[in-house]
Amino acid sequence: MALLDIHNLVVEFQTASGPFRAVDGVSLHVEEREVLAIVGESGSGKSVSMLAVMGLLPWTATVTADRMTFNGRDLLKMSPAERRKIVGKDMSMIFQEPMASLNPCFTIGFQIEEVLRFHMGMDKAQRRARAIELLKQVGIPEPEDRLNSFPHQMSGGQCQRVMIAIAIACNPKLLIADEPTTALDVTIQKQILDLLVSLQAKYGMGLIMITHNMGVVAETADRVIVQYKGRKMEEADVLSLFESPKSNYTRALLSALPENAVGDRLPTVSDMMFEPAPSGAGA
Amino acid sequence: MTKVVEGKNIVRDYHVGGGLFRPARTVHAVKGVSFSVDKGKTLAIVGESGCGKSTLARIITLIDPATAGELLIDGNKVDIARDGLTKDMRRKVQIVFQNPYGSLNPRQKIGDVLGEPLLINTDKPAEERRDLAMKMLKKVGLGPEHYNRYPHMFSGGQRQRIAIARALMLNPSLLVLDEPVSALDLSVQAQVLNLLADLQDEFQLTYVFISHDLSVVRYIADDVMVMYFGEAVEYGPREEVFSNPQHSYTKTLFAATPRADVASIKARLARKAA
Ligand SMILES: Nc1ncnc2c1ncn2[C@@H]1O[C@H](COP(=O)(O)OP(=O)(O)OP(=O)(O)O)[C@@H](O)[C@H]1O
Ligand SMILES: Nc1ncnc2c1ncn2[C@@H]1O[C@H](COP(=O)(O)OP(=O)(O)OP(=O)(O)O)[C@@H](O)[C@H]1O
Ligand SMILES: [Mg+2]
Ligand SMILES: [Mg+2]
Repeated sequence: MALLDIHNLVVEFQTASGPFRAVDGVSLHVEEREVLAIVGESGSGKSVSMLAVMGLLPWTATVTADRMTFNGRDLLKMSPAERRKIVGKDMSMIFQEPMASLNPCFTIGFQIEEVLRFHMGMDKAQRRARAIELLKQVGIPEPEDRLNSFPHQMSGGQCQRVMIAIAIACNPKLLIADEPTTALDVTIQKQILDLLVSLQAKYGMGLIMITHNMGVVAETADRVIVQYKGRKMEEADVLSLFESPKSNYTRALLSALPENAVGDRLPTVSDMMFEPAPSGAGA
Repeated sequence: MTKVVEGKNIVRDYHVGGGLFRPARTVHAVKGVSFSVDKGKTLAIVGESGCGKSTLARIITLIDPATAGELLIDGNKVDIARDGLTKDMRRKVQIVFQNPYGSLNPRQKIGDVLGEPLLINTDKPAEERRDLAMKMLKKVGLGPEHYNRYPHMFSGGQRQRIAIARALMLNPSLLVLDEPVSALDLSVQAQVLNLLADLQDEFQLTYVFISHDLSVVRYIADDVMVMYFGEAVEYGPREEVFSNPQHSYTKTLFAATPRADVASIKARLARKAA
């Protein structure tokens, strides 16, 4: 049984100019211990589809799907109260914009401990010890001191790591990481990716990694989904994707890597999307 | 060559107030950094998370004063703590913040976000402001249909482009970009980097470009500064830094860059199967 199983997910937003379909029939599944990477165009519905899974979209969004189950339970039929019990505990998410996702009015210690209190029922001493342990795991120096810092006193990458600490606090079964390392330098990025992979091995966690960093995909993913304009363009195991990408869009993405610059300008996807594919490939 | 911006021994300390049982302490975020950027050139700053890059960016863009040291813009000494900030200075130096969402007013439509700098700093009529905003939207890969939307209706990468568009509205001569492409997919990243290169050719724009993506830095920078715990541990022309890094942190940084080639993937999968 898949840990997360989604069939034909559609998300529409009401906007002033009529309904806007941000996710158009996406199907995906993740198993325990699996790392699924989702890459794709900006605005192609990656974050929105995962927020739909978490039940965190605003009221202007309409979510429909043929099936959406987590750990065998139907997310579509679940009451908001039931969902609150699993979101942040069994299923948690590292949000794309860390600085905007932390509450500016509370210390980061409070924000980490709040999750532990609500979901794990730990007492004060346990919570503090666990919070310090988590900050250490994500590589924040002087964690005891840092518990008393407010988000604006932290750097961008430090805020992002606090978000990661909150997301992994309860050892989730499924972790959705939405661009989890964008604010991190490569040395700390490596430390964080190693941490996520070790949690996955230790607790059998399933991991959905949304990223535009092909290096991160290459170094972590088992399977990859490529999304474009609200749709799934391609799905493949990580090796096949890099070795023999099938869709034009994937090929375009891979060639837009800065190391592939020709002359003094980079190739962009629009330069390549309309070129005929080499034989045997379809977009 | 004219130096557009120069820093001499810039220092920035933060005093973090203590609580009932906690003593106050001082964070030394930037510890005496010097640099200069010539007109039409790009200085890239890389470094460990928390090493003081954004702090330095805020000092260069005259948002925060330095605790000590000298900042010169176009050869003139600037001290905002003492003299405040002129309108002309504010136009000349622009920043794209690391956190695009937090820097956009949630109640302001995107068209107004882009038009506002013109409204405040110029006397262009509404019609012209609208035209210029539309043009800029197109330049960053968005369309007229986005003009009347609010910030929360955009994806992370779209918001990042709006922040870049806003900073460009006033034709600045110095643009500080704090992780401007880290939230962008490769295609949009390429578009934005190309746009920055076009603007640099056209208007001799000067950039200070903060990034942790070394392949982007290698593509865009003329000079590279590597920061580590508040200090510039390496500073020089791009090719020199990349081909012959001196400091151990720079070497670690290069070694930790994830590799996206088939051979590395095969090696990882083999390790995992073992
Ligand atoms: N509240 C909303 N109202 C209207 N449209 C929205 C809303 N939220 C998101 N959208 C639109 O839905 C689309 C998908 O957004 P989403 O955030 O999922 O993109 P993404 O694939 O995560 O992109 P990125 O890589 O830039 O983060 C975008 O076109 C966005 O403008
Ligand atoms: N307002 C503040 N009060 C106290 N300390 C601060 C404040 N702002 C930043 N700091 C600290 O100063 C140091 C440098 O922060 P800065 O934001 O400049 O780092 P950075 O190099 O931009 O990191 P990142 O790559 O993670 O964004 C960090 O240790 C941070 O916690
Ligand atoms: Mg997103
Ligand atoms: Mg920063």
